[in-house]
Amino acid sequence: MHSWLRRLPIETYVIVFTVALWIVLSLATPNFLTENNISNIMRQTSIAAIIAIGVMCTIVIAGIDLSVGSVAAFCGVAFAQLCGYGLDLLPAAALTLVAGLGVGMINAVAIGRLGIPAFIVTLAGLQVYRGLALLLAGGMTVGGLPPEVKDFARGTTGLPNLFWAMIAVGIAVHYVLRFTRTGRYMYAMGSNAEAARRQGINTFRITAIAYLMSSGLAALAGLLLVSRLSIASPSMANAYELQAIAAAVVGGASLFGGRGSVLGTVCGAVLFTTMANAAVLLGIDPFWEMVLVGLLIALVVYLDNMQKRRQAGV
Amino acid sequence: MSAILEVVGLHKSFGPVEALRGADLQLQTGEVLAIVGDNGAGKSTLIKHISGVYKPDAGQILLAGEPLDLSSPREARERGVETVYQDLALADDLSIGANIFLGREPMRRLFGFLPYVDDRTIRRETAELLRRIRSEIPTAARTVARLSGGQRQAVAIARAIYWQAKVVLLDEPTAALAVMERERVIHHARDLAAHGVGVIYIGHNLTEILQVADRIVVMFRGRTVHVTAAGDTNQETLIKYMTGYTDSAKAA
Repeated sequence: MHSWLRRLPIETYVIVFTVALWIVLSLATPNFLTENNISNIMRQTSIAAIIAIGVMCTIVIAGIDLSVGSVAAFCGVAFAQLCGYGLDLLPAAALTLVAGLGVGMINAVAIGRLGIPAFIVTLAGLQVYRGLALLLAGGMTVGGLPPEVKDFARGTTGLPNLFWAMIAVGIAVHYVLRFTRTGRYMYAMGSNAEAARRQGINTFRITAIAYLMSSGLAALAGLLLVSRLSIASPSMANAYELQAIAAAVVGGASLFGGRGSVLGTVCGAVLFTTMANAAVLLGIDPFWEMVLVGLLIALVVYLDNMQKRRQAGV
Repeated sequence: MSAILEVVGLHKSFGPVEALRGADLQLQTGEVLAIVGDNGAGKSTLIKHISGVYKPDAGQILLAGEPLDLSSPREARERGVETVYQDLALADDLSIGANIFLGREPMRRLFGFLPYVDDRTIRRETAELLRRIRSEIPTAARTVARLSGGQRQAVAIARAIYWQAKVVLLDEPTAALAVMERERVIHHARDLAAHGVGVIYIGHNLTEILQVADRIVVMFRGRTVHVTAAGDTNQETLIKYMTGYTDSAKAA
């Protein structure tokens, strides 16, 4: 490989691979390049990407958030129930987001103040909030939502509304990570928490912001998911946390902290959604799709490590 | 003579262990003062008092004549006492510039309201700073992960210069370095002193100490037992004091 090829960020490979997949699918199937399918991929990507962007923020500070799938389900159900109690949409949505931020604060205190490992705290959360979602829904799906709820996800403003939601979230988080002190301190903390502390950085504040972003975005994704499905199911968003971690890592985030980007994470989410779509269109057994996705994650992380080792040797 | 830092009669015990039993030193502005001593002589305990990690049982530390009563390393930094740690305290994934300005970033506003970190200024100031300390590091945008051990020391030292530290503590700065890089760190330590900083240099390698220091303090069993100008001594004499084989009276 030429040296400039080696220095390309990992996002480049992901984008090239995804585009190649699009070209193959356009040629191999009549249904890929249809307006319907494309806007479907966009909607699907958006919710996955919003969750993944939040999780990526916790990965940047060398943490992790395994609770996002459950939080999305819990918040989605809570929103549907609030609407069922006759609350207007906006206050119901606002309350739901506040609940999501509350979860983030609990995680932050448990991790940053009590010193419990993030993996354990959020693994517990994965169970707790799934359980609460089931309790809140009485184990059933919650329907009968006002029509405006599903209109949002169905609607387009040039592009699907859900896609715009992802763009807005992406720009906001990108701004925080790349252009503010808070973002810089997140990378610093993930890179060397002790160094950050010695430079006078309030590491609890940074921890809190990362987990608030993660849970807050999971809550938002829960709302959008309810809009898309037009019902709230306590079992929805199952295993989304793993998909989110995979998207972040494929997009260049390091599980050791200090690295990760919005653009890379979105690319990762697009890639996985495309693969799922390809499996459907090509009639590939979904079990094989899982195997392929797993192998792809392993391959990308291997390539990334190799690249890093080469760079360190330069 | 203007002493920037003065340590008077410092005592410290950890349970039954008397780590410091009367440590004294005077650090002038613009000098490199080396502290030598065998393992367990009390060098790091003394240093950790100056950098705010420990509080003394008895005795006093004065910074520019004012009592330096520290409750944390952070407070030490705010008073102008910077420690360059062996593990360097740099964030590997950030650029050199981002590390030098970490915690004190200059900010600007886009359209007058949207704040953002002024990376252009950071890059410019860092490039100028690297030139000033005559570092061979080519670009301020490089991440610290890609630097050698000596270059990392240079970044940590550059940070101290930029933020106008009065006292810099270098704790075995060459311990993990290749020979060529040691030379460079010694050069940077001299450079710090030339900028009017008081430098305390802890080390094991006496050849290196004699090369870098203006004056040398020898510690033995928790006491400062000997102070000498580097030009007036040699390795054998220093070793005698370090091993308690002689006393000041004999040497004089």
